[in-house]
Amino acid sequence: MEEKEFTAASFYRFLDRKKLMGSKCKECGTLFLPPRPFCGQCSGNEVEWFQFSGRGKLVSFSVVRVGTTSYEEKGYSRDNPYCWGVVQLDEGPRISALLLGANLSRPDSIKTGQPLKVVFPDKPEEGGERNPVTFRVQ
Amino acid sequence: MVQRRKRLARGVAVIGAGISHFGAFKDKDSRDLFVEAFQSTLETVQKGIDPKEIEAIYVGNLSSDCFEGQAHIAPLMAEWVGLNPRPATRTEDACASSGVALREGIIAVASGLYDIVLVSGVEVMNKLTTARVTDILAAAADALYEVSVGATFPSLYAQIATAHMAKYGTTEEQLMKIAIKNHNNGALNPKAHFNASIRDIMNSRLAKAKERGQPIPSWTDQMEFLKDPSVNPIVAWPMKLFDCSPITDGAASTILVSEEIARNFTDTPIHIIGTGQASDAQALHGRKDITSLNAAKLAAEQAYEMAGVTPEDIQLAEVHDCFTIAEVLATEDLGFFKPGDGPRAAEEGRTARDGKKPVNTSGGLKAKGHPVGATGVGQVVEIWEQMSGHAGPRQVPGVNLALAHNVGASGSTVVVHIFERR
Ligand SMILES: [Zn+2]
Repeated sequence: MEEKEFTAASFYRFLDRKKLMGSKCKECGTLFLPPRPFCGQCSGNEVEWFQFSGRGKLVSFSVVRVGTTSYEEKGYSRDNPYCWGVVQLDEGPRISALLLGANLSRPDSIKTGQPLKVVFPDKPEEGGERNPVTFRVQ
Repeated sequence: MVQRRKRLARGVAVIGAGISHFGAFKDKDSRDLFVEAFQSTLETVQKGIDPKEIEAIYVGNLSSDCFEGQAHIAPLMAEWVGLNPRPATRTEDACASSGVALREGIIAVASGLYDIVLVSGVEVMNKLTTARVTDILAAAADALYEVSVGATFPSLYAQIATAHMAKYGTTEEQLMKIAIKNHNNGALNPKAHFNASIRDIMNSRLAKAKERGQPIPSWTDQMEFLKDPSVNPIVAWPMKLFDCSPITDGAASTILVSEEIARNFTDTPIHIIGTGQASDAQALHGRKDITSLNAAKLAAEQAYEMAGVTPEDIQLAEVHDCFTIAEVLATEDLGFFKPGDGPRAAEEGRTARDGKKPVNTSGGLKAKGHPVGATGVGQVVEIWEQMSGHAGPRQVPGVNLALAHNVGASGSTVVVHIFERR
C-alpha cells in the first residue's frame, strides 16, 4: 500500500480507484472509517491503511425530497428524491452513504438490517467535486 | 483519575428572563430582536435593575455570518443595548449555542469573576431562501462525510426516526401526536411563531377553501389533516413538514447573578442547581447507537448528580424538539420514560400540559419556533415564566423543579440545566 496521508482527500482518491479505505491503529487495532491519523481510543500515533470489503447492512435511512442545493443541482427534487443512510460495515465501523436500488416511492418497503454493497464511481472526481460514498441494496 | 463530585464554586440564580416575538420578520435584523428581548428581560426583574450593573454578556448564535453577513455579533449586541465596553463573548455549538452560553455565564458567575451577567441568544434566518438555510444548517453536520451524501437536518433526524421505528415499533402517527401537543401549547403562547393549534390551522384552511369556492377538503380531525400529503408533504421521509420546527427569527435573554445578591433584585429568584454538557461524534455514523443521544444521557446525568435530584422529581421540562422524533429521544434520554416508551407516553398525554410530566409548555421548537442560536435561552424564559407564575393560560401550577435540554446538531453537543424555586 502506498504512503498517503490519512485525510479525506486520500479517502476520496482511493474511492475513485474503487477502494473503500480506512485506517487501523497499529497499537490497539481499532478501525476507523473514514480514516484518521490519530487513534482516539488509545491515543496512538501509528495507524496504517485498511481496506474494507464494502459489504454491510442498513442501520437507518431517509428518502429526501427537499435536498441540499448541491443535490438539487444534480437533478434531485421533490419529484425525484434521493436516499441516503447509515451503513454498518461487516468489519464494524459505520459510514454514511447514498443508497441506490431502493424503491423510493415506497419508503416503508426499505428495511433496516438489509444487506448492502459498495458501488464505486464510474468516473473520477472532476474540478474538486468528490464522488459520494455510495452503496446499493442487494 | 480521582472522581470528584462536580459542583459550582458558588450558587447562581436567574433574576429575570425575556423573549422577543418569534416569527418570520422581513424587516427585522438581529440587533432589533435582541433589543426587544433585552427590554422584555429588564421588565421581568421584580425590584428593577440598572442595566449598567451587568458586567459581561454572552451571546449564543449559530451563523449570523451566513444568515445575515454579520460576524462578530457579541460586541454589536452589547453596543445596541448600551453595554460596551463590557466583555462580550459569542458561543457557537450549532442549535445548542445559547444553552452553552448559559453554561458559560453560570461558570463565570460561580467562579467569582462576575456577580451579574447577561446571557442571550439570537438568530435571524428568514433573510435567505429555504434552500440556502438548509445548506447553512447542514454545515453543522459532518461536511466531509454527511453533507457529501446529501444530508440535510430533516434527513439526519429521519435516520434517528427510522432506527427508532425499527427498534421499538415507533409509528408516524405517534410522532404526529407530539406535533399536535406542542401546537396546542403554542396556541397559548402569544410570542410563539405558530400561535395556533393544528386544529386552528386546519379550520383556517377549510374556511379559506370555502371562501374561495374551492373544493372543501374532507378532513374531519387533526390526524386526517396531518395524513394529507397536500398539506403535510414529506420533507425527508419519515419526517414531514409538521414533524419539523420552522425557520424562525428571534432572540431571548436572561440575567444571572450570584445567589447572595439575588434577593436585591427579586423575592423569587430561580436557582440553577445543575448543569451538564457533553459532546459526541459529529456524524451519526460515528456513534454506536442512534436510537438515543449519548451526549444527552451524559449531560443529564451530570446535571442530576450536581442537583441531587432524579428524573422523577422534575415537574416540567423544555426539551429540544427540533423534530418530533427529537422530543421522543429527549424524554427517554432524560430518564422520564424507558427507552422505547417515549412515543406511547406522549400518546397517552403524559407529556401534555395537564399530564404528569409536562414537556414543552411553551409550544417547543415545533410551535414556539426555532431561531437556532436563541433556542437554549428561549427555554429558560419559559421555565422562568412557569416558575414565577407568569405563564398565563399555559401555567402549570406549583412548578418548583424544572429542566432545560438543548441539543446541537444531531446530538454532537447537548447541554442540560436544572432550575429550582425555593
Ligand atoms: Zn489505538
